[in-house]
Amino acid sequence: MTAPAHTPVQAKSITATDLDLYYGSFLAVKGVNITIEPNKVTALIGSSGCGKSTFLRSLNRMHELVPGAYADGEVLLDDVDIYAADADPVQVRRQIGMVFQAPNPFPTMSIYDNVAAGLKLNSRKIKKSDLDAIVERALRGANLWDEVKDRLGKPGMGLSGGQQQRLCIARATAVEPDVLLMDEPASALDPISTLAIEDLITELKKEYTIVIVTHNMQQASRASDNTAFFNIEGTGKPGRLVEVDTTEKIFSNPTHKETEDYVSGRFG
Amino acid sequence: MSSTNVDDLQSVVRGGPARGGAGDRVFRGLATGAGVVILATLAGVALFLIVRAWPAITASAEDLPGGENLLAYIWPLTFGTIIAATIAIVIAVPLSVAVALFISHIAPRRIAQPMSYLIDLLAAIPSVIYGLWGIAVLGPASVGLLRWLEDNLGWLPFFEGPASATGRTMLVVAAVLAVMILPIITAVTRSVFEQTPRRLQEGALALGATRWEMIRLTVLPFGKSAIISASMLGLGRALGETMAVAIVLSVSGAITFDLIGSGNPSTIAANIALDFPESSGLAVNALIASGLVLFAVTLVVNMAARTVINRQMRI
Repeated sequence: MTAPAHTPVQAKSITATDLDLYYGSFLAVKGVNITIEPNKVTALIGSSGCGKSTFLRSLNRMHELVPGAYADGEVLLDDVDIYAADADPVQVRRQIGMVFQAPNPFPTMSIYDNVAAGLKLNSRKIKKSDLDAIVERALRGANLWDEVKDRLGKPGMGLSGGQQQRLCIARATAVEPDVLLMDEPASALDPISTLAIEDLITELKKEYTIVIVTHNMQQASRASDNTAFFNIEGTGKPGRLVEVDTTEKIFSNPTHKETEDYVSGRFG
Repeated sequence: MSSTNVDDLQSVVRGGPARGGAGDRVFRGLATGAGVVILATLAGVALFLIVRAWPAITASAEDLPGGENLLAYIWPLTFGTIIAATIAIVIAVPLSVAVALFISHIAPRRIAQPMSYLIDLLAAIPSVIYGLWGIAVLGPASVGLLRWLEDNLGWLPFFEGPASATGRTMLVVAAVLAVMILPIITAVTRSVFEQTPRRLQEGALALGATRWEMIRLTVLPFGKSAIISASMLGLGRALGETMAVAIVLSVSGAITFDLIGSGNPSTIAANIALDFPESSGLAVNALIASGLVLFAVTLVVNMAARTVINRQMRI
């Protein structure tokens, strides 16, 4: 089993149209129109509270888990509306995976069981040999296989923070989603582990469409193809998407002055 | 990690300077006194039980009630106590866990809050009321079910029959006990279920887990030791429950696994309550000896619960 971990796969695009995101009566993000290209890494940047994480979480319907939170507008995965009346959030999340800010492996499970967790859901029956192959492929894909292949039965919590985060990426990719959302996936990690995650992201885009929220400008410029800048006019005002373009253009010659101020470190 | 910090803080407080005003000294005296009184009470109870049980332990068989040796007297009672409490646990734990999950993860907030108050209220009902309810309502209402069990599951030793016509059976007693211990098990497990880290629950949901699968992947493993320790606490209460059993259970003293008949072993606590007023001499010592056994059993159960709780704290 030494097949290349990342053979190119056509992933899916995401298109949001006039998307408003609410927490109860509070409008948190207003009027987002964006097309997220397939097999590209799109970075969401902006100051804290500007709604980029809220927007990210709306893309796999995690946003609505907060009591009272809801979305108004349209989000298409290729051409299927994930907010259609007959869309099942569980199926949406199966197609659009997510990696969180802090690594969150299931503490009572072994490394193997963590990766296999998503595959055993929804009473799917998978043969042990197939499961073994998928777990190995996911761990190889997350550049973790060589480090853990001799201790797959050990608890996932025994790994280092960076390894745990790659374990979570393996867990998310094992179910073969079309899109991978990452909410500041390296913010809790040291610089070496951060680089490992960034290298991994570049490889993963061969198979997945990736959307990543980051506070780290270098990370956005290193790891992403496109960048979307979110901003907020003031406290209590909704966040909005200022502009989205190629990362190169956003960081060298953005259309809006506020984007330039932000990426060059001048605020307000 | 947080528990180490708490320990550090406490050791700083303990080893801190003893000087201070009169208020400090009074507080210190009162707190120390309260601690000593509780320990002395526990030791006093244990001593009382041993001293007063001793004549019965050393007495010859023919002097004891029933003319048998002490073990033959206490064993059926212990058996009845353990059977009643065990079945109560078997009924109460799944029910309590389900109720706790409903409150913590399924019910909308405006239903969950009043509901947990209502469950707590169950704990405030005096046990004599439960006993009256058991004999007047639940017992008669269960007769049909007991007959059905005898007819359809009679091949199991538990439902051998003949089914009681009054419903004053071990099964009904266990059901009443189950309702009585439900609040404590629900309260303990619910509070732990609610502490399940949000990032774990979100991790499961983001994998495409349904709500039940999320609970199975994260909430139940997280709350496992709470379920165990809460069950032990409930078991401890069920073992010692007196009034409800004394009122409901129809007793013959037989050792039987039949849960639906009218000839049941009594329990230690109910037996003491019913027989004590009419006993004298060695019979009293024999009753106290049975109390000593109950004391030991509840102590062991509670210590086991503590061990499990402490082990969880360290994780």
